[in-house]
Amino acid sequence: MAWKDLLVERRSKETLNALLFFSLALLFVFQFALGPDRERLASVLPGLLWLGFILSGILGLGRVFLVERENDCWEGLLLAPGDKSAIYLGKLAGSLVLMLVVEALVLALFVLFFDVDLGPALPGLTLVILLGTVGFAALGTLFAAMTAQVRARELLFPVLLLPVLVPVLLATVKATEAVLLREPLADVAHWLKLLVAADVVYLVVGLLTFDFILEG
Amino acid sequence: MVGDPLIRVAGLVRVFGPTRVLDGVTFDVAAGEAVALLGPNGAGKTTLLKIVATLLRPTRGTVRVGSHDCVSEAEAVRAIIGVVAHGVHVYDDLTARENLKFWATLAGLPADRDTLAQALAEVDLERHAETRVRTFSAGMKRRLALARVGLGRPRVLLLDEPFAGLDARARKWLEGRLETFKSAGGALLMATHSFGRELGTADRLAILAGGRIVLDTPRAALGPDDIQRLYVAHTEEAS
Repeated sequence: MAWKDLLVERRSKETLNALLFFSLALLFVFQFALGPDRERLASVLPGLLWLGFILSGILGLGRVFLVERENDCWEGLLLAPGDKSAIYLGKLAGSLVLMLVVEALVLALFVLFFDVDLGPALPGLTLVILLGTVGFAALGTLFAAMTAQVRARELLFPVLLLPVLVPVLLATVKATEAVLLREPLADVAHWLKLLVAADVVYLVVGLLTFDFILEG
Repeated sequence: MVGDPLIRVAGLVRVFGPTRVLDGVTFDVAAGEAVALLGPNGAGKTTLLKIVATLLRPTRGTVRVGSHDCVSEAEAVRAIIGVVAHGVHVYDDLTARENLKFWATLAGLPADRDTLAQALAEVDLERHAETRVRTFSAGMKRRLALARVGLGRPRVLLLDEPFAGLDARARKWLEGRLETFKSAGGALLMATHSFGRELGTADRLAILAGGRIVLDTPRAALGPDDIQRLYVAHTEEAS
C-alpha cells in the first residue's frame, strides 16, 4: 500500500507540489508579519514551525484516501480479502514518508528565511518532529478514512482531527521550544513521554477501528 | 453442466430511506451456470450485485455465496468472489503490471513476475504490461480488471454491465473467457440492460422490476425478439 501510494505520488507529484507551494507561501506571510525582530522570532518560532507542519499535514492527509476515490478503488480495498489493518498501516507509512519529506523541506526553508542556527538543536528537534509526526499521521490517516466518503470532508476533516490532536500539539510545541532554547532533553522528558503515549494510543486505536471505518 | 447452487438469495429486501429497492428477491445461481440480470435503470440490479458482493447489507433476507453468509462471513465470501463493477479498481498512474502486483500483494496472492505476466497474457495485455493505465482505453481497463479478479481464481464472478465499452473483438474475447469460467465450474451473475449478444453467455435470464424477480427463465430457447417481448411485457406490468 505504501509502495503504491508513494509511486502514484512520485508520478503525479500532485500532493508534494501543492504542499511545497503552500509551505512557501506560508513562510512568506510569516516573514512579512514578523519582520527582522529576532527576539520576537525566537519566542514564536516553535509555534510557527508546527503551524507550518500542521497546515501542510492537514492538506496532505486530507488527500490520503482521495486517490482511492478518484480511481474508483475504494470498493476494491473493501473487497480485498485479509486483515484491513494492513491497509491502515500501509496508508500510514506512505503518509509518514510524505509528511517527513515536506517537514524536512519546511525546516530547511525556515533556516533560510529566518536565519536560524539549528545545528546543536538538530538531534533533539529531529526526535520531537519524528514523535509528533507519527501521532499526527496515525490519527490523521484514521480521520481521513472516516471523512473520505462524506460530503464537506475538507471541512469535517480538520474540525474532527484538531481537537483530538491537542495533546500532540501541546507536547510538540513545548518540546520544540525547549530544544530550540538549547535546554537538555531531560527537562522536557514529560512532554516526550506524553508524545510517545499519544503515538501508541493513536496507533492502537487506528489498528483496532480501521476495519469498521472502512466498512462504513 | 450445472451443479449445486453457489449463490443463494432468499427473501432479499433492501430499503433506502422510504424506497424499497429490493422487495423479496429469491433466486439461485448454480456452479457452471450464468445468470443475466435484466431490468430497467433503477430496478435494483446494481444493489443486488453489491449485496452479493458484501458491499451492502440487506435490510432483510439471506444471501449465501458458497456455504458462506454474505453478512456474517463477508471475509470468506470475498475470498471466493471476483467483482467487476462500474469502477474497474485500477490506478491510472500505475502500469498494468504494477496494478496487478498491488492487488495480488494486498490479497496475499503470488505476485511474482511470471504469475503477473501470465495473468496479463490471459487478457491479451502482455504487450502493455509496462504502460501506464492512464493511456488505456475503456476496453483495455476492463480487461485489466478481469485479469485482476482472475488472480484470485474466484468461484463466483459478479459483473455489472461487463460488455459496456468493449468493441466487437473484445466482446467476442470476453464471451470466450466467460464460457471457460463456466465450464470450469464457476458461477456467473451479470447485470445488464441490453439484449445484445452478451446474453448468449447466459444460461438463464432473470428480469428484475419493481424490486422483484418478475421472470426467471432458461435462455436457450429464446431468440432476441422473444427476450425483448418478455422484457417489455414484464417490466411494464411491474411498473
